Amino acid sequence: MSGKEELNQPDKEQTKPELPSSNGRREALKTLATIPVLGAMAYGVYQKKKTEHNNKLAGSIFNFEASPTVMDRQPDGKTIRLGIIGFGIRGSQLMQALGFATPAYIDNLKEQAKKDTQNTRYKDFLEQENLNVEINGVCDIFDVYAKEAAMAGANVNKEGTNGKFDKLPVIYKHYKDLLAAKDIDAVIIATPDHWHGTMVIDAVNAGKHVYAEKPLTWTVPETYLVADAVRKSGKVFQLGHQGRQIEINHRAKEIIQKGLIGKVTLVEVSTNRNDPNGAWVYPIHPEATPSNIDWKQFEGNPERIKEYMDYMTSVGAAKYVGPDARDKFSLERFFRWRCWWDYSTGLSGDLLTHEYDVMNHMLDLGIPASATSSGGVYYFKDGRTVPDVLQTTFEFPDRDMSLLYTATLASQYNRPRKIMGTDATIELGSTLNVTIDRASQRYKDKIEKGVIKPGEPFYRYASGKSIDALSSATEMYFAERGLLFSYVEGKRYNTTFLHIREWLECIRQDKKPSCGIDQAFEEAMAAHMGTRAYLEGRTMYWDAEKQVITRG
Amino acid sequence: MSKSIAYSRSQLTWLVILRVLIGWYFLYEGLTKIMATNWSSYAYLRDSKGVFAPFFTMLTDHPFVMDVVNAINMYGLTAIGLCLILGCFVRYANIGAIGLLTLYYLSHPPLIDVHYLIRPEGSYMWVDKNLIMLCAIVVLMLFPTSKEIGIDRFIYRKKLSGN
Repeated sequence: MSGKEELNQPDKEQTKPELPSSNGRREALKTLATIPVLGAMAYGVYQKKKTEHNNKLAGSIFNFEASPTVMDRQPDGKTIRLGIIGFGIRGSQLMQALGFATPAYIDNLKEQAKKDTQNTRYKDFLEQENLNVEINGVCDIFDVYAKEAAMAGANVNKEGTNGKFDKLPVIYKHYKDLLAAKDIDAVIIATPDHWHGTMVIDAVNAGKHVYAEKPLTWTVPETYLVADAVRKSGKVFQLGHQGRQIEINHRAKEIIQKGLIGKVTLVEVSTNRNDPNGAWVYPIHPEATPSNIDWKQFEGNPERIKEYMDYMTSVGAAKYVGPDARDKFSLERFFRWRCWWDYSTGLSGDLLTHEYDVMNHMLDLGIPASATSSGGVYYFKDGRTVPDVLQTTFEFPDRDMSLLYTATLASQYNRPRKIMGTDATIELGSTLNVTIDRASQRYKDKIEKGVIKPGEPFYRYASGKSIDALSSATEMYFAERGLLFSYVEGKRYNTTFLHIREWLECIRQDKKPSCGIDQAFEEAMAAHMGTRAYLEGRTMYWDAEKQVITRG
Repeated sequence: MSKSIAYSRSQLTWLVILRVLIGWYFLYEGLTKIMATNWSSYAYLRDSKGVFAPFFTMLTDHPFVMDVVNAINMYGLTAIGLCLILGCFVRYANIGAIGLLTLYYLSHPPLIDVHYLIRPEGSYMWVDKNLIMLCAIVVLMLFPTSKEIGIDRFIYRKKLSGN
């Protein structure tokens, strides 16, 4: 061993024997030579921590107490017995949110999970919280959908084909028969727009709680009737704007209310889609025929149709009616009804309403003082009467602000919602970003001290977690794709599920849902003003005193 | 392995520098993870691609396993870094480092036409920096220096004298 020792010693040491103490020092030196490196690391880490601390101080401006958006569940709440009116695309999604799906849908989820181990939709569906409801009745005027709805309602164990099913809910041919059923406490309405108002009125008058898909109404006159009926009934009403449940929207509202972005003068919201499905060219069911579709019921409530026709003819918008006769059976019009004003509210009712409601939630807008619209059928020239490109500007002179909605169904360029204030701008996409304004007075000191870099995203928030200026780009990248924090949070929720869950809990606990009749009335009037502005080609005004839409 | 190699002064110097730099890299990676609030390897593992991806994503399904994986990364990287810099228990640190680097390489192999959410800062095909560092550590194992420069010199001596 000593030979090896010698081998390792530099030649000098062999030739020049040294004093033992000097040798010991040399030994110690060689043993501990790299320790100073740790000092350098410690110094570097200290410096980094110091800058992070400064950034954190800046970030603390945006510190909030976590506010849970999921409503507490009443222990031992009673089972709510539901009726489903309309089992098209949205109706089936709403039933899935309730925990009920057709066996075919379950088969499909299982297949997906088999093909791709990372696809957890089946597992998520099985694990979805039980909302303690039963489906006692279903109604759809297309027999195939009605049967599917019944199968979904009986599929309490979430099984595929050949599974064990509960007893089938009653299939009602007419929604009024469903509303008359004694074993139904509440209904979910997911029918075409021209039926929403009538059905909500009939449902609350029949003593049922209602969850209705947006928009609230198809005509302006019925909007007042619906609001009256719901208010008088005292029933729990929720309009299907699930954006109310998006957590980052609640955080944005908090930021705005605290005055952290200053005075808001402009809000920009948008819709971008670029596929036939997004443009309402839905598939036509191969089994659909005049014999299994109740066309008479599809046509609509005669009173509503009269309101619609009266309006369209009186303002010179008759060219937007039809072009087919209302009593002429058409599979295209049945499955793609959103493309015609005869049944639809167009971009205004279908998509502007979502955006409007989100902003109404955050900024308490109420009904705008005026609306101006423009647009046209610029891409889907398939015989539709509703525009596929639409711009609507809402003015709020009392608030000194404008809201601009722009939409195209022929480009899916992703645009976040923007709330522009004098001190900062909030961008809401899948994450919330706040960028401090260079000219901000509120943050002037901090900008001068270099604590805040204006023009750069300063505060970010995603799924329950504040991300301050020091967070890595990678973390953001994941957050924006919804990948991040699922594990930390445990579970990711579907917003529709939360919105329905809130409605059910409000029924049990006798509370007011977040998108009740007041919010729904505001949503409907704002959308109608936008629609009328488009149809008439002029600005529409809201007379707040008389509660009517005027032409100025 | 008991045979020691006689290095020239510059050979020894550069081998030690390589060891310390790799140690520095590991130590800082570990420290940042420890210092970050709620750091988790979740997103990284979810983004795994290639033949072994199902295994790595499977890890993320179990919160307990994730806690273990996170702890191994945070404290493992830190400990390995300290050992390489100080030159103590370097043999074991090297084995640990090779283990971790192998897992990193297998979870994010630089395959053709595979895209990761975290884009690498360079361009790689089959060979990436993890693989190169892994090889560098194998080389360091074959050319050990900690018994020359490092605390292993002391540990090693003590063991000897103990015999």
